[in-house]
Amino acid sequence: MSKALNTFTNGLLKENPTFGLVLGMCPTLATTTSAVNGMSMGLATMFVLICSNVVISMLRNLIPDKVHIPAYIVVIASFVTMVQLLMQAYLPSIYETLGLFIPLIVVNCIVLGRAEAFAAKNGVGLSALDGIGMGLGFTLSLTVLGAVRELLGSGMIFAAGDYAGLTIFPEDYKMLIFVLAPGAFIALAYLMALINKLRK
Amino acid sequence: MKRLESNLLNMVLSLTIVAVAAAALLGGLYVLTAEPIAQQKIQKQQAALTEVLPNMEGMTIAEGETVEGQTVYKALVGDEMVGAAVETAGIGFGGTFKVMVGFDKEGKVYNYKVLEHQETPGLGDNMAKWFKTEKNNQSVIGKSPATDKLQVSKDGGDIDAITAATISSRAFLLAIENAYKAYNACQGQTVDAATGATQQTTEAESDTIEIKCQAVQDANTDVESQNNETL
Amino acid sequence: MVYLLIIISAIFVNNIVFSQFLGICPFLGVSKKIDTAAGMGAAVTFVLTLATVVTYLLQKYVLEPFELTFLQTILFILVIAALVQMIEIVLKKVSPSLYQALGVFLPLITTNCCILGVAILVGDGTWAGKIPGAEANLLQGTVYAFATAVGFAVALILFAGIREQLSMNKVPKAMEGTPVALLTAGLLAMAFMGFSGVV
Repeated sequence: MSKALNTFTNGLLKENPTFGLVLGMCPTLATTTSAVNGMSMGLATMFVLICSNVVISMLRNLIPDKVHIPAYIVVIASFVTMVQLLMQAYLPSIYETLGLFIPLIVVNCIVLGRAEAFAAKNGVGLSALDGIGMGLGFTLSLTVLGAVRELLGSGMIFAAGDYAGLTIFPEDYKMLIFVLAPGAFIALAYLMALINKLRK
Repeated sequence: MKRLESNLLNMVLSLTIVAVAAAALLGGLYVLTAEPIAQQKIQKQQAALTEVLPNMEGMTIAEGETVEGQTVYKALVGDEMVGAAVETAGIGFGGTFKVMVGFDKEGKVYNYKVLEHQETPGLGDNMAKWFKTEKNNQSVIGKSPATDKLQVSKDGGDIDAITAATISSRAFLLAIENAYKAYNACQGQTVDAATGATQQTTEAESDTIEIKCQAVQDANTDVESQNNETL
Repeated sequence: MVYLLIIISAIFVNNIVFSQFLGICPFLGVSKKIDTAAGMGAAVTFVLTLATVVTYLLQKYVLEPFELTFLQTILFILVIAALVQMIEIVLKKVSPSLYQALGVFLPLITTNCCILGVAILVGDGTWAGKIPGAEANLLQGTVYAFATAVGFAVALILFAGIREQLSMNKVPKAMEGTPVALLTAGLLAMAFMGFSGVV
């Protein structure tokens, strides 16, 4: 039981994909213009991560070592395509906002990394837990980063579609740079430094 | 259970099975989602059309047709054209953008919707709301390119540009002008229809129609200048 | 003329790292020394241009005619992975010296998202939306891919130059490593923002 709990919290805290392992930086920086966008990206990645972990863990003994990478890539790419099709059909507005970064989940190092490092060596249950933990950790980091950028850049938080979000401070005080590209790097740099400081 | 050996047969077999299973699964899902995806596209277009056109009883929206490189959707009550939505494109600050502009019977802008854009967030992308907000001289709603000068005030026009995004504003207003041209061309066409000519535009006919539209436009401006004088 | 616009837009205005956020992992990972950065930049330029041509042809002559566009992601990533392997084998046989220079970077390139990203952008033709007058055909798409890769190399080498200097300075403990690198990248991105509106 404690092993299961460890697996779960490992991804959430100790080896958090963004702040601990520093993996999957492209979507982290690109899609966090708002808290909701960051969260949607995180959830899409989590879905792929859980499914690919489970399937790869089931197939782990049926795939010879020499061809395991192409086989894993096929499994991951299939789930990514599923997310693409399902989002196009049922969540088209989010799909449009995230755009290119949905198919790019395939090359997100977290997904292939966890398949290699965890799912290929552990049972189905544990692999699923690992996927949930890592996925939640990733989602949490993206949401926090998105919230910080949205708050500083527009004065609002949790805006989505037609819903204007909570206004924290008036629009005249917004710092637009945080919604633009440089703000992504700068906000993540300071968040990471803050977390490094707190860890000690 | 031990991991399978890496001999040729095993490798080929396992890869083939994985690939075939994946392809079959995706093919199935594609067939299942094809319908909803197509529906979503139609719905999105319908939503944009109803947003930019006035809502009238018995109004039908015709199929889109291409006029001067832009797509025009006519709003008809019976055979009479009571407005039109024009889908047009422009080149802004960050690249091309697409906007749907709705005109009412008199050729005034009823509403518009930005469909796609690549403008800077927080600056140029304000165009989605800026030009329909009633504040100072920002709004283009209820104005017509025939009577008002739809250019930014910096260039001697009647409209206030978006703060710190003059290029985007210029591009947007130019797109509205272009949309109006297409709208006008269509109005000419309905005049034709009333006199019994065909409603279909063919390559050969488009020249004459344009000339006729020019005539209609001139007539319009004449009436307006008279109006101005009487005022 | 349009080619010049494409090149300037892809290298400076819409730089792949600083404004499109693609290829951040190698950008942060192999940018500690100028030499390695240049090697990585050259390897990416080579693979990206080649991969784009191949995937574009597949998109136009296989996926679109047979209405299999939903298999795009899966096919492109497999083609890129295979292509990288092939380049590695060919390079080893044909030019051992070039293999020595670029070989270590090749395995890293498969999971570099700028390769798949640009392949999808060119395959779908969406890249042309940012450049007035550009058409999404093979020649212009290839020029775009090549220029984008050059933009990646420029960003990587610039960044490595700064990091070399930075490594000799004292940095607050919590900012060491990734945070200070990200901050530097943020300032560089701000500088690149000055190009916006040029094309």
